[in-house]
Amino acid sequence: MLRSRIVPCLLLHDGGLVKTKGFKEGKYVGDPLNAVKIFNEKEVDELILLDIDATSEQRQPDFARLKTIAVESRMPLCYGGGITSAAQAVEVISLGFEKVSISAAALARPALIGEMASAIGSQSVVVTLDVRRNALFPGYSVFTHNGRKKQKTDLIAFCRQAVDLGAGEIVLNSIDRDGAMNGYDLDLARQVRAAVSCPVSFAGGAGSLDHMQALIDAVGVVGAVAGSLFVFQGPYRAVLINYDRPPGVRPAGV
Amino acid sequence: MIAIINYGSGNIAAIANIYKQLRIPCLICDQASDLAQAERYILPGVGAFDATMQHLASSGMLDVLVEEVVGHGKKVLGICVGMQILAESSEEGSLPGLGWIAGRVKKIDASRLVAGPRLPHMGWNSIRLQVDSPLFRGIDVERGFYFLHSYYFAASEPASVLATVRYGDELPCAVGRGNVYGLQFHPEKSHSNGMAIFRNFAEI
Repeated sequence: MLRSRIVPCLLLHDGGLVKTKGFKEGKYVGDPLNAVKIFNEKEVDELILLDIDATSEQRQPDFARLKTIAVESRMPLCYGGGITSAAQAVEVISLGFEKVSISAAALARPALIGEMASAIGSQSVVVTLDVRRNALFPGYSVFTHNGRKKQKTDLIAFCRQAVDLGAGEIVLNSIDRDGAMNGYDLDLARQVRAAVSCPVSFAGGAGSLDHMQALIDAVGVVGAVAGSLFVFQGPYRAVLINYDRPPGVRPAGV
Repeated sequence: MIAIINYGSGNIAAIANIYKQLRIPCLICDQASDLAQAERYILPGVGAFDATMQHLASSGMLDVLVEEVVGHGKKVLGICVGMQILAESSEEGSLPGLGWIAGRVKKIDASRLVAGPRLPHMGWNSIRLQVDSPLFRGIDVERGFYFLHSYYFAASEPASVLATVRYGDELPCAVGRGNVYGLQFHPEKSHSNGMAIFRNFAEI
């Protein structure tokens, strides 16, 4: 039976890894290669690596660095950050990544989704959307550039368009809940899951394995993404790379 | 010696790194003249069917590979799209496949999924062994493997299906016939189960 994916998400910034809160206050949590080696030992389901500087600095991915990470990884990898062309996506896949995520570039030019699907296959094209819950009106607004630029995109309509163009996975990242560890936004998860026909993953809010189970109970087989949960330990947020799954999705014998 | 065929398609480095950790000699092959010295071949593959066949043809290694595998009976393991091109044809493309295992690559029928049609098939899934193949020695079938695909290998002969995976229907996920093996899932990204597959392939 297909299991829900329990996915750590690591943020690359200034050569190291950081963890943010509300997309701000990046706290240094270690070295990417060291984290990959620990997650190998823990037999992690999948790993997302996001370069949070690339789009803001208008530069392409650091391919040399990605190569050193991919060689060490025995788990599936998704990379996001600064991808603006299908050729760059091909390069990332050839380094040993399974999936390539786009966000700002997909919103600026949706045709890129189809170009990437033709080049690397739909199964490897991920569209990640950073969203905030609207303060006055119902629904959500989409942001790019680490939450600084608000887009005029209708979230649900764009998710559907992305899948029609060839996206193989939609990842929703709740800025409101980033680093808050107070549970996933289950309303958001239900809405997006019902809107699209591809696998979906949700980030933002995971503070415990119970939160992950609540997400799975709400939407079924899903990607449950977490940052803080897998890099911090205890009430003072001491850095400790760790990994576990809710009991319901642990394979027998683990 | 195991040769990983490097024809610009697939996850070469991660496979080579696993063999390094297993202390099993392996070679990344970039040209036809490298192939003869190996006893076993790994044929990786990502992306689309036609692009993968074109890469293999333009690498200049296809003819020698055919001679070694079909002529001399050397063992070959295709992974993901590298497995799909072992078939005769694919719904995804128009080029012929290698035809080493009878069958056609088809799109997964998502309407057969009870929880709603969702493609691609993405994530960790348990498998069911259909025959007792040495390739699966020591494998934890419940833990299973990492899958990432929308097409699957519809084998013409039931005897060439080594293992299946449940996604809507019971789909072939490992095929084998004589010296030719193919895996739909990604053993290079499936932790200890995947390493066991690579070790087994070096020993069968």
